[in-house]
Amino acid sequence: MTPTPLDKDAVLQAHAQNRAIASLLIANPDAITDAKFDRNELTLTIGKDQIRAAARTVQLAGYNFLEDVTCVDWYPSEPRFQITYHIVSHSLKERVRLIAFVDSVDPSIDSITPVWPSANFYEREVWDLFGVRFHAHPNMRRIMMPDEWNGHPLRKDYPVEGYR
Amino acid sequence: MAADLPQFVETSSLLTPRPEEGSRDRTMVLNMGPQHPSTHGVLRLVIEIDGEIVLKVVPDIGYLHTGIEKTCEAKFYQQVVPMTDRIDYLSPMTNNLCYCLAVEKLLQIEIPDRAQWIRVLFNELTRLNSHLVWLGTHAMDIGALTVFLYTFREREEILRIFEAVSGQRMMTSYFRVGGLALEPPLGLFDRIQKLIKILPEKIDEYQNLLTGNPIWVSRLKGVGHLSAEDAIALGVTGPPLRASGVDWDLRRDMPYSSYEKFQFKVPISNDCDVWARYVIRLEEMRESVKICQQALDGMPEGDIKANAPKIVLPDREKMKTQMESLIYHFKIVTEGFTVPAGQVYQAVESPRGEMGYYVVSDGTAKPYRVHMRNPSFATLQALQVMCEGRLIADVVAVIGSIDIVLGEIDR
Repeated sequence: MTPTPLDKDAVLQAHAQNRAIASLLIANPDAITDAKFDRNELTLTIGKDQIRAAARTVQLAGYNFLEDVTCVDWYPSEPRFQITYHIVSHSLKERVRLIAFVDSVDPSIDSITPVWPSANFYEREVWDLFGVRFHAHPNMRRIMMPDEWNGHPLRKDYPVEGYR
Repeated sequence: MAADLPQFVETSSLLTPRPEEGSRDRTMVLNMGPQHPSTHGVLRLVIEIDGEIVLKVVPDIGYLHTGIEKTCEAKFYQQVVPMTDRIDYLSPMTNNLCYCLAVEKLLQIEIPDRAQWIRVLFNELTRLNSHLVWLGTHAMDIGALTVFLYTFREREEILRIFEAVSGQRMMTSYFRVGGLALEPPLGLFDRIQKLIKILPEKIDEYQNLLTGNPIWVSRLKGVGHLSAEDAIALGVTGPPLRASGVDWDLRRDMPYSSYEKFQFKVPISNDCDVWARYVIRLEEMRESVKICQQALDGMPEGDIKANAPKIVLPDREKMKTQMESLIYHFKIVTEGFTVPAGQVYQAVESPRGEMGYYVVSDGTAKPYRVHMRNPSFATLQALQVMCEGRLIADVVAVIGSIDIVLGEIDR
């Protein structure tokens, strides 16, 4: 079976050569709050307030292409929303996943559109379907659902068939 | 709760003309779609124009939103496969492949060589299928109606091959978690061989119809300029990215499903315009034919399903003779199979760009979250950059060149 996952420090040590980890640690030693290496994929947990700076750091480290921004709702546990960023490097040919947790009291996080303009649609989608707001987003409107829709359908407490 | 929903977002809420009313240099706002023949689905564009010149393009999407991601959370892992066909209905096999690879990564199971090679073969046939539709409809948007008839002639044969192998022409669901649904029927590889033998000259035929045509050239050359920096910043992938001079193809750079064993070129262009995207897609079709040929020539023998009885449905024969197989079959169908907790992201090169599946498992038989990263969704953001300062007619050419599928944008 799969071996027990390593803890944060062990992962950081094992992947000290990784450009994303190295640059994030140089920029801010406390930026990474957790790290996982599972199924050949590196997941770095970033503090909620640090995400834009972390995105900028990773971008400068050579991870030049933002593939995806999405969210996972871990209802009912708190912090509830896991905002997930997948970033790939065209030169290193490897991918890094940044995640940031957002609680349900104040579901909002900094937008990374200043770093990658392509985050625009993805963040609108996360707002539309999960109800997480992005600060300083240029156009924080619904994208899939009609503008007057009530609720955020991909939340786990939203029924699959909708409200009747 | 959702009782009286307005069906249409006011144009004025998306875009207001500038400057103020009554002024002489006031611009006009034009609503294009959702039902417009060149938008390949139900894309609505609100365009601000100054005379014939486009100043701003605001896409309004969501008309086809069916909540597939939400539906996936209520299905067993194997039941999600048919949902994936319906996202990008022009390249069903690519979607199947991407989802299956993601779940197989979660499960950490090995797929036999033969299954992997058949997956590559059908993946490339899907690319040909999708590019043929693209070429026909793109040419039709521009006004060259004939090409459509030619490309659909070859597409028909590909669809018949899909039907022979999976029973369905478009929504194939042929790839399953752990392998393939069925062994391809006898004689099918000969049929594919026959098809890919004639395809190169057919591609020449399309090229003869279009490439030398002065109207086609003038409608495409220099239109929809997208620089490499903009393409990367706006999340553009696939042929439009390569047409902007970025050498990136997931099949070669992050290989999956034994693509590393195939030799093929990745066409690149530095022209950054609609013409470059046209040329690159035609080249890609030729390369796809070569990959199909390599897959047929080196097709390994062996199983088409992984040796994982708790995940893969047993053969019909075994079910009738062996008790364990019957039990496993019953268990898989009624309870699904559990997947160890974790999260994976798997990306493949779809005909339109990077198709990615982000699957989160919480250790049960149903996915906790399935997210699709769709190429057209991101590429649509580049529309503004490509259309700004061009004519309205160029918007049609640009939409055609990014090969948009609204099913995958809205999901």
